[in-house]
Amino acid sequence: MAMAAFRREGRRLAPLISPRPITAVRSSPLPPTHEDEGPIGVRYISTQVVRNRMKSVKNIQKITKAMKMVAASKLRAIQSRAENSRGLWQPFTALLGDNPSIDVKKSVIVTISSDKGLCGGINSTSVKISKALHKLNSGPEKENKYVVLGEKAKAQLVRDSKKDIELIITELQKNPLSYSQVSVVADDILKNVEFDALRIVFNKFHSVVSFLPTVSTILSPEVVEREAEAGGKLGDLDSYEIEGGETKSEILQNLAEFQFSCVMFNAVLENACSEQGARMSAMDSSSRNAGDMLDRLTLTYNRTRQASITTELIEIISGASALEG
Amino acid sequence: MFRQASRLLARTTTTAPWRRSRAFSTEVPAQTVEDSSFIQSWKKVIPNIEPPKTPSAFMTPRPATPSSIPSKITVNFVLPYASELSTKEVDMVIVPATTGQMGVLPGHVPTIAELKPGILSVHEGNDVTKYFVSSGFAFVHANSVADIIAVEAVPVDRIDPALVQKGLAEFTQKLGSATTDLEKAEAQIGIDVHSALNSAITG
Repeated sequence: MAMAAFRREGRRLAPLISPRPITAVRSSPLPPTHEDEGPIGVRYISTQVVRNRMKSVKNIQKITKAMKMVAASKLRAIQSRAENSRGLWQPFTALLGDNPSIDVKKSVIVTISSDKGLCGGINSTSVKISKALHKLNSGPEKENKYVVLGEKAKAQLVRDSKKDIELIITELQKNPLSYSQVSVVADDILKNVEFDALRIVFNKFHSVVSFLPTVSTILSPEVVEREAEAGGKLGDLDSYEIEGGETKSEILQNLAEFQFSCVMFNAVLENACSEQGARMSAMDSSSRNAGDMLDRLTLTYNRTRQASITTELIEIISGASALEG
Repeated sequence: MFRQASRLLARTTTTAPWRRSRAFSTEVPAQTVEDSSFIQSWKKVIPNIEPPKTPSAFMTPRPATPSSIPSKITVNFVLPYASELSTKEVDMVIVPATTGQMGVLPGHVPTIAELKPGILSVHEGNDVTKYFVSSGFAFVHANSVADIIAVEAVPVDRIDPALVQKGLAEFTQKLGSATTDLEKAEAQIGIDVHSALNSAITG
């Protein structure tokens, strides 16, 4: 077995050890046999290799083009839904304000990412922002936890912050996203995680080529009540009359849960939309790159072929003239 | 030939004006009101990454509280899949709060109300649009802006009475056979919704 391999290897190496000039006119009257010239002779093998490479690049280009088409059609479907859901979180922000700089003990960072790769930098962006938020809010007596949505952020966060991950949810996008599905996920998070503030990190869809990393903050009912009493940004909340429910805290509890599910719904849709957009542009640029590469390879291939034809012609002509002279 | 039909239809049914803006950049932040302390602390701790956006950067700006009471109330009525009404000026809305139907006129005191299944009616001159909402919240702000968020809402005339009766019977039966508290609560919710639907059609 080993010997056979060695022999094969030896045959492959033989011409390298005793190289023959190829461009020089062959002095040997014997025609080259296939054995020692065909697969090893630089003249033929180079075109063969280039042809194989061209074939594979062409296949890659086909795949990326198809992926781009798929992403484009998915994007169109999800874009309208993401845009329709944009009204959903605005009333909450109008009422409770936007508090990214709130100082609380227990922060939970909800990182939203995709399950599949090949979509540019959206997942690493949300992971980077989540880690930065972790760093920003860390301090003595402060606790930061992660809740990870999606396979890709999981893979990145498990590597160095495994101990901080509280909950991992994947395969959210197996079925088309719906509010009821997202509210089940939100309920799951609320049940399993204790928090003073939830920070949802996602990529907001801006256009096909650009997405904006965004952080939405949701406060727990206790923190809302505390902040409202303390005045500041949420001071206005005390002027609101509350209808229904036995106590104010009960209403605030319902409100916070409903806010979380609404914000999550929008965030998940926006992130899915950014994912498709990013995938589309990534696949577009990679099929363009494959096209460029194919052009270069075709040029090399044609040039080599032309060169070999020219060499052969020279051989024939010089052979003929040698016979004449 | 009908390839674009669904898209065109979808476009005509949505009422949000900003949806129809440019095709590629779907939303332009009108003004950036950022939390400056957040950005400053972010830049101090993490200088090499741009601070992320916060929702306030994407908010459609809200009007300030006027000194006199305006004649119309601005209503935003949103659902997870659509904005039914967005910054629409109407005369009055009646929302089904858990404490009872609540009429909201311009200059209403700021209120947070939880909604129960019932009829939301929007009065605009002599036109009254009635929706059946499943549940949600309504906020009335001091600047005569009312936000209504519902999980599901349909115009009342699209409800099928036969299906309502069927659902009501089904849930009544379920309540009878329910053993656990969760099942009982689910059946009770079903009955509440269906009897509200029933009274919405008949009333």
